[in-house]
Amino acid sequence: MKITLDHVTKRFPNRNKKIHEDVIAVNDFTFEIPDGKLIGLLGPSGCGKSTTLNLISGLEMPSAGRIYFGDTDVTDLPAENRGVGLVFQNYALYPHLTVLDNITFPLGNLRGAEKLTKEQMRAKATEVAKLVQISELMERRPSELSGGQQQRVAIARALVKMPSVLLLDEPLSNLDARLRLQTREELARIQKETGITTIFVTHDQEEAMSISDLIVVMKDGVIHQIGKPQEVYDKPCNLFVAKFLGTPPINVFEGRVKGGKLYIGDDAVLDVKLAENEADGKDASDKKSKDGEREVWVGIRPEGFIPDENGPLSCSLQKIEVMGRDTSVVSTHPAFAGTTIRSIIPSEDTAGIGGETVRFRLKPAKVCIFDRETEKTIEFTQP
Amino acid sequence: MADTEKDLNRDIIDTPELSDVTEHAPADASENAPADAAAAAIQSTYDEIERKARRRKIIRSTLLYIFLTICALAVLFPFYWMLLTSFKTQSAYNGEAVPKFYVSEPTGANYKEAFTAVPLAGYFLNTLIYTVVTTALMMIVIVPAAFAFARMRFPGRNLVFSLFLSLMMIPSELVIITNYVTITSWNMRNTFAGLILPSITSVFYIYLLKENFEQIPEELYKAAKVDGTSDFKYLMRVMVPVAKPTIVTITILKVIECWNAYVWPRLITDDRRRYLVSNGIQEIRQSGFGRDNIPAMMATVVVVSVPLIILFLVFRNKIMEGVSRGGTKG
Amino acid sequence: MKQSKYKGWLYLLPAIIFLGVFMVYPLIDVIVYSFEEGYNFVSQTSTGTGLYNYRYVLRDTYFVQALKNTFVLVIITVPVSTGLALLISLALSSVKPLRNLFQTVYFLPYVTNTLAVGLVFMVLFKKTEYSDGMINLLIHFFGGETVDFIDGPHWAKMLVMCIYTVWIVLPFKILILTSALASVKEDYYKAARVDGTRPSRIFFRITLPMISPMIFYLIITGFIGAFKAYSDEVALFGTDLNSAGMNTMVGYIYDMLYGNSGGYPSFASAAALILFAVVFTITCINLMVSRNNVHY
Repeated sequence: MKITLDHVTKRFPNRNKKIHEDVIAVNDFTFEIPDGKLIGLLGPSGCGKSTTLNLISGLEMPSAGRIYFGDTDVTDLPAENRGVGLVFQNYALYPHLTVLDNITFPLGNLRGAEKLTKEQMRAKATEVAKLVQISELMERRPSELSGGQQQRVAIARALVKMPSVLLLDEPLSNLDARLRLQTREELARIQKETGITTIFVTHDQEEAMSISDLIVVMKDGVIHQIGKPQEVYDKPCNLFVAKFLGTPPINVFEGRVKGGKLYIGDDAVLDVKLAENEADGKDASDKKSKDGEREVWVGIRPEGFIPDENGPLSCSLQKIEVMGRDTSVVSTHPAFAGTTIRSIIPSEDTAGIGGETVRFRLKPAKVCIFDRETEKTIEFTQP
Repeated sequence: MADTEKDLNRDIIDTPELSDVTEHAPADASENAPADAAAAAIQSTYDEIERKARRRKIIRSTLLYIFLTICALAVLFPFYWMLLTSFKTQSAYNGEAVPKFYVSEPTGANYKEAFTAVPLAGYFLNTLIYTVVTTALMMIVIVPAAFAFARMRFPGRNLVFSLFLSLMMIPSELVIITNYVTITSWNMRNTFAGLILPSITSVFYIYLLKENFEQIPEELYKAAKVDGTSDFKYLMRVMVPVAKPTIVTITILKVIECWNAYVWPRLITDDRRRYLVSNGIQEIRQSGFGRDNIPAMMATVVVVSVPLIILFLVFRNKIMEGVSRGGTKG
Repeated sequence: MKQSKYKGWLYLLPAIIFLGVFMVYPLIDVIVYSFEEGYNFVSQTSTGTGLYNYRYVLRDTYFVQALKNTFVLVIITVPVSTGLALLISLALSSVKPLRNLFQTVYFLPYVTNTLAVGLVFMVLFKKTEYSDGMINLLIHFFGGETVDFIDGPHWAKMLVMCIYTVWIVLPFKILILTSALASVKEDYYKAARVDGTRPSRIFFRITLPMISPMIFYLIITGFIGAFKAYSDEVALFGTDLNSAGMNTMVGYIYDMLYGNSGGYPSFASAAALILFAVVFTITCINLMVSRNNVHY
């Protein structure tokens, strides 16, 4: 089912009673989630992801705006009538019930014409149990299951009533690293097999990027960017999104654009032609007219560096970390905004690196330019 | 089924804001019309569900508050009644065949009577001494014991601790008989020593404190040992301050227990000069003011109840937390 | 080093002395007493050993009366108070405004002197030459027959006793149950709500099983507490409980020890051991039942 959020806002009264201003957890969200896709809500903790999920499930009501399932307005509809499946971060499995009873629990709520017999319930439970591969655990109690198994039971419980939407709150955060990898593939498979529109919340960008059809990047209750994972990674709309996505993170330098060239420190690293299409274009051209140059942030992805003895960017080499397939080159530069620059180089290309300095050439596609003040992306082309 | 759908459709046509929706629809609306109508039908059932849910919520919370208020009144009524009666004159009280819920001429005479006709002040003083001394002595006994169980290593520790735990199951009724005989044979009847001695230790409080001491990281103890701090100094300077909340809780529970003590004081005292408030009250009930002076009796009850109620209102959270962790009365 | 090995015992010493004298020794002694026949309190001598004390106690009509009263009290007050506490706790945890105020009010009886407030109950229920008392007026108002609850028929006295006991024990139970209810994680309720679970089903399938350990704890402590009832009865009916027909088992023990009918520690010991056996048995049964019914 398609889900639409139309100018949805959620305010909470401030917990600090002295401050009367409300806390805005979700600020004017408008987006559409297409039917049958896997969507990742991504953002640092406290950014309003879980609130968004609760709003969609109906556990919380928006302060303003409308929510639609398909074409139906469900804004004021209580959670129980929305037909959503919800998986909690800590799974919330009923500890006193067996796996089978946990899975059939939602079915026991059906009444009247929809009421199911014990056998029908069991049949449905067996079916979803097969889907999430826990058929052999049906008689166990949650306390006898591993974290990954509990997770699957929770998903089965959410799926058994054939929800219109499946919502997962930090589904992988309670699992260890190896299980997390395995479970997220599992999640993607289950979603593909059932075709149920699935929204999951995570603060782990890698998790979101690896399995989502679409990711929504949020911060402080505001949506920053929506798009396919690769799109968002390659063309972040601002510095925050660029920094938030990717490990190791993007390397940010202080830079300036002058006379069609992008400078980092005194090194002219790229020939660029800025597109003057932003809202603050006028402001920018003012600056430009003053001294013909524009202050910017330059973001370079770790894989955007190519070692080159004649390359324009000169950094002082700190150390080289061999990681097998790739090598991580750690260096510093006076204009770098953090402490150390981390670049990822295929191991076979590292032969010439050594000594005090290392020089790089840049891959233009891996370079992003942001306005120094607004931190918004400035599009550029290479002449 | 078909009928209800038709009804719903008619509703939709009648509803102005829904016809708005159709206007907004694009040119190929005629094609989508059945789908739109179905969606609108769902929408109107949803609206109905929403309305019902809201109404149910209001009714529910109203009923809840009525229930809670009735229970609260049942709890408060005896308190109200004793306050009320304590301000009535004896003649006014006896003159009311149907008791009045208010006092027309409030009088403080009953309170004066309470302190003069019976040695109430003496009872208070006794109870105060009993409570303070018992609680203080108990702390002196249980803190080192809890510390020994929690941190010290010595031969036989586990065995002694198991024995201690098994003592928790022993009801006081079982041991009170011999204690009565013991105290009597020590000639300690009608003395504070006789009152206080048997209630100085509590296995349960040792247990509670030991559990709390054990939550303090053992590294602190080891660090102190390495620094050459003596056990006793460590106990007083680190353990006791850190475990202060629990110690306060135990103190409060013990104070409540002492203030309400009745059975042991009754067995061990028959001299009015050594009575505690509970025994005083009982004495008053039996003979005190002449059995009919109910208002004076109620004034006494108020005076006896007030200190603990004030203590409770001041330390509300501490007391409730303490009782839920370690209290029993039921 | 060797010296410090036994230092732990030094810290335990005061506790051990007090417990030894006032708990362990009495425990052994009470058993000895209960088998000593014809024990004389003044000369501290006995005429022999045997089961006579037990036989005497069990045949004593006062003891049988006390036993009956105690059982009735237990059977009525434990379920009533636990059920009522559960209802109130449920109501409390489903409201937000004023919750603290209600909680404070409900807790008040816990911190009152039971003897003192018992007098208030007595006044409320008592019939005097001047007035029939508050409660009787209410009964009369609703068209019922007035009755003297304090000096009247046995059933009426039992009723007052039960009401007062419930009033006294409620605060503790409400406190325990509200914190038990609060400890059930919000996520379970959210999960159930999303699934459209009916309130009654949420209660019986989720809430009740999850707080069942606490309910059983309350039932067990409730049984033990009710078996030891005594001072509440004194407050309502005075110290001469035997002639009022309202004695309890603990009351019987004390009466055997002290007061007008006292001076028989052997009988008291036998009665105390019988009481202990009864409480112990019932607690064991409770524990067995709860093991089969309480999850995790």
